[in-house]
Amino acid sequence: MGNDTIAAAATAMTDSGIGIVRISGEDAFTVLNKVFRPKNKKKKMGEQPAYTVHYGMIYDGDEMLDEVLVLLMRGPHSYTAEDTVEIDCHGGAFLMRRVLETVVKNGARYAEPGEFTKRAFLNGRIDLSQAEAVMDLIQAKNSFSVKNSLSQLRGSLQKKIRELREKILYKMAFLESALDDPEHISLEGYSENLYQDLKEWIIEVEELVKTSEDGRFLKEGIKTVILGKPNAGKSSLLNVLLGEERAIVTEIAGTTRDILEEQIQLQGVSLTILDTAGIRFTEDPVEKIGVSKAREQAETADLLLYVADSSRPLDESDEEILHLLEGRKAVILLNKSDLKTVITEEEIRKRTTHPVLSISAKEEEGIRELGACIRDMFFQGEISSRQEIIITNLRQKAALSNTGKSLRMVLKGIEEGMPEDLYAIDLMDAYRSLGMILGEEAGEDLIDEIFGKFCMGK
Amino acid sequence: MSLRYTESCDIVVVGAGHAGCEAALAAARLGLDTLLFTISIDSIALMPCNPNIGGTSKGHLVREIDALGGEMGKNIDKTFIQSKMLNQSKGPAVHSLRAQADKAEYSRSMRRVLENTDHLSILQAEVTEILTEDGEVRGVRTYSGAVYQAKAVILCTGTYLKARCIYGDVSNDTGPNGLQAANYLTDSLKSLGIEMYRFKTGTPARIDKRSIDFSKMEEQFGDEPVVPFSFATDSEEVQIKQVSCWLTYTNERTHEIIRKNLDRSPLYSGIIEGTGPRYCPSIEDKVVKFSERNRHQVFIEPEGLYTNEMYVGGMSSSLPEDVQHEMYASVAGLEQVRIVRNAYAIEYDCIDSRQLYPTLEFQKVRGLFSGGQFNGSSGYEEAAAQGLVAGINAARKILGREPLVLDRSQAYIGVLIDDLVTKENREPYRMMTSRAEYRLLLRQDNADLRLTKIGYEIGLISRERYENLLRKEEQIKKEIGRVEHVNLGTRKEVQELLKKYGSTPLTSGTTLAELIRRPELNYECLATLDPQRPVLLPGVAEQVNISIKYDGYLKRQMKQVEQFQKLECKKIPETLDYDQVPSLRTEARQNLKKYRPMSIGQASRIAGVSPADVSVLLIYLEQKRGRKS
Repeated sequence: MGNDTIAAAATAMTDSGIGIVRISGEDAFTVLNKVFRPKNKKKKMGEQPAYTVHYGMIYDGDEMLDEVLVLLMRGPHSYTAEDTVEIDCHGGAFLMRRVLETVVKNGARYAEPGEFTKRAFLNGRIDLSQAEAVMDLIQAKNSFSVKNSLSQLRGSLQKKIRELREKILYKMAFLESALDDPEHISLEGYSENLYQDLKEWIIEVEELVKTSEDGRFLKEGIKTVILGKPNAGKSSLLNVLLGEERAIVTEIAGTTRDILEEQIQLQGVSLTILDTAGIRFTEDPVEKIGVSKAREQAETADLLLYVADSSRPLDESDEEILHLLEGRKAVILLNKSDLKTVITEEEIRKRTTHPVLSISAKEEEGIRELGACIRDMFFQGEISSRQEIIITNLRQKAALSNTGKSLRMVLKGIEEGMPEDLYAIDLMDAYRSLGMILGEEAGEDLIDEIFGKFCMGK
Repeated sequence: MSLRYTESCDIVVVGAGHAGCEAALAAARLGLDTLLFTISIDSIALMPCNPNIGGTSKGHLVREIDALGGEMGKNIDKTFIQSKMLNQSKGPAVHSLRAQADKAEYSRSMRRVLENTDHLSILQAEVTEILTEDGEVRGVRTYSGAVYQAKAVILCTGTYLKARCIYGDVSNDTGPNGLQAANYLTDSLKSLGIEMYRFKTGTPARIDKRSIDFSKMEEQFGDEPVVPFSFATDSEEVQIKQVSCWLTYTNERTHEIIRKNLDRSPLYSGIIEGTGPRYCPSIEDKVVKFSERNRHQVFIEPEGLYTNEMYVGGMSSSLPEDVQHEMYASVAGLEQVRIVRNAYAIEYDCIDSRQLYPTLEFQKVRGLFSGGQFNGSSGYEEAAAQGLVAGINAARKILGREPLVLDRSQAYIGVLIDDLVTKENREPYRMMTSRAEYRLLLRQDNADLRLTKIGYEIGLISRERYENLLRKEEQIKKEIGRVEHVNLGTRKEVQELLKKYGSTPLTSGTTLAELIRRPELNYECLATLDPQRPVLLPGVAEQVNISIKYDGYLKRQMKQVEQFQKLECKKIPETLDYDQVPSLRTEARQNLKKYRPMSIGQASRIAGVSPADVSVLLIYLEQKRGRKS
């Protein structure tokens, strides 16, 4: 039995100019034929010899996307030992993403994290001694991706998807309880009713797809919150990271009352940084709001950067921040290493297991080390976060379009007068697709909903 | 206890309920010397709760049991008194047969079959101990101390282990209907390291027919013509005179009586510890949970032709006797009701079924199998299905053959057993069509096409029945091909028939198959336009119609099944040491160690096992395989 066909970016999705999209599986050439138009129109890709390179254009329907070179490989003589196509894109990250999407639209699916390597291994292409490393890699990549797909989703969208999913679940449960207990529960008027709902749901899903297209879907980057007492140097750190004066830096403690949000790249890792008001005991009502906002933000962050002023002794507020860091991913930054220090790295290390770095925001020292530290913490040096996030975004988008597709199938089923138990499978598919976005499996929730909401049984 | 008597056989079956009967019959029919133990021979194949066989998804199970060579379908065909095909207005996947049984006849008839099966003996005794040696079963000991050596033992103890029947503050340590409970076996199982659960279920009162005012109820008739359960039953034989059931309703007063007395219910006062099923809640549960409903349906069903006892479906209860009287009497038509047997709840010991392999053999004790309510399921049909599989596998183990494991894409039986051995099950498990993800393919109408070949290979289906099946298969294939190529023009005869069924007239020629796909038409009604139609075996027309009509959906499900089976075929060696597999997450490792799946597919359905863990397992197995070769 052949494997289904998978696709992924084989190089980092950056604006570095050239990137490779790789397709592998029994339909690799079929998929290619649907999206690629060679310069020489007579050339049929399926008939070309292995290890040949072809020049042409990638099309999404009638829209030309990119000028590319295509490299063909035939199984078992490829990395995965399956038919494989590599598309060299020339148009940078944005177009590479479009090319990948188009490939998926035309019959491939997004590869699971580490799936190319897994296939290579299972097809006997990788040395057995490497098995352990492959297993570690797959586990690490997956746990990152699973965690990320949800945490990257904007809260308001999460809520919408969840609500829609609950509505679908309720409708399914009603249908299923009627199928399982026809003498107690009647389906009269059900399909007419569902038909109206479907129309609304399809519009909702289409709106969500649009949102995902214009990039408002994901918070791209590791959500990072800078914490610290007033005037510890949080805003200075942010400015160094940004390379520009963005936050108001003053000598007066408590100036940053709003939360600033910035996207930065630190050694290839993308961070969404939030600079927050300093945490301290305060009576100023305006500042109070800022402080509570900061705490709120810190609770949902992926990474906490705690800036401690090494020229002042630790006090109650520091203790409180250290407490906030417990059980979280965090780096402690001893700032102002350019001034006379009264607290040392050792002193802090005694109180916490988080990494401690000395930096000077003013002199821009220790910033490289911070980047390396974050990389280790999130990616074990293996994964570039931007890449994973783009993929996550693409996967979520694909899941949304699949939801739409399934809902339209239900609609069509009702129009064609299909019985309820048949179109129910598409309803279930829609439910599953939405679940994938939230990282939730269907499991027993249908059965639970049936018993929870409807009175069944003898 | 001193050894008083010893005897040996191949297989011992403990319990002669629906699971035990199928297990014993399968084992004996496969040629193994089988000894069937029961606490009371008069209670073989007893139906202690509802007086019917089948129903949604359960009807599918009965058909599958029959297709594999089991007895339940044949037995109900001989003893039913009313039959209905449920869900006929819906799609073919959820059509389900349900028949009212004459309970006493059902039991007697099954007993006759057992008594006349070669290699099978019945013995009335209570089994109190499982005998083992080095983790392998050796036989059983009975209450009298007698030892019966066996190569395999199948436990089908139903609801009898430490059974307790409860209503109000009355509690009897008996099994159903006052039958003796089995109070010793649990301890023997525990000493073998088997983990037990305690479940609860319940049954409504039986009432005297003469005390019912049927004029206040709606009569419920059976279907005509009757469709038999068994593929081997001649449909002429089941066209009998049927009896009716009756529908009535509870009302606000009924609910008021219940609410007023809730504090006297052992369920709410905490006397009952076991976990009850959500799908057949007691009337108390319904009233509490769905307080907005002002009435609930009540079905009055006959228990048989030669008794006045009627079953009050929908009103199971464990309220005290006086409340029961008041409650039942408040229902329309039951004002003068005379209760013959009180409603009661029953608690019993069963196992956490994840201790079993999908073969229904215990992981901890080789040669020990189990089926039925003992495994935490509920229902006669679920029990029979497991009993059949346990019986087949115990026999095949002794015969040195590969076990029978049906997967989720092959049969409801596969779904049932996979759910039982893979998922955490906190209440008596009932089959439901919504549990079968490939239900469009797992229909009751095609159970023979799915399973009869397997039944033949196992040795429970006769050559004649097998050859009939092959003929049927061949005809279906040929007829589908033919119908796809029968062209119809726009002649008057065609247009008139379309008009008759409210179907849009044709503007150009089309095929018969295209017309069958229209929702308002079907294979049968187009017969007059199809003069070349051959004479077909029973059931062929139905298959042709379904295959053509729902072609698109069926093909999509088949594709899903293909994906599903990829992981299902990848077997995990029984000896795999999960501690040696690197990179598994802790939760996955613990659960895999505990529940020991047989295939990668099964592993992927265990709680706490992520897709990444599955990949890791695949790679590890591949690596091991590579090292060996």
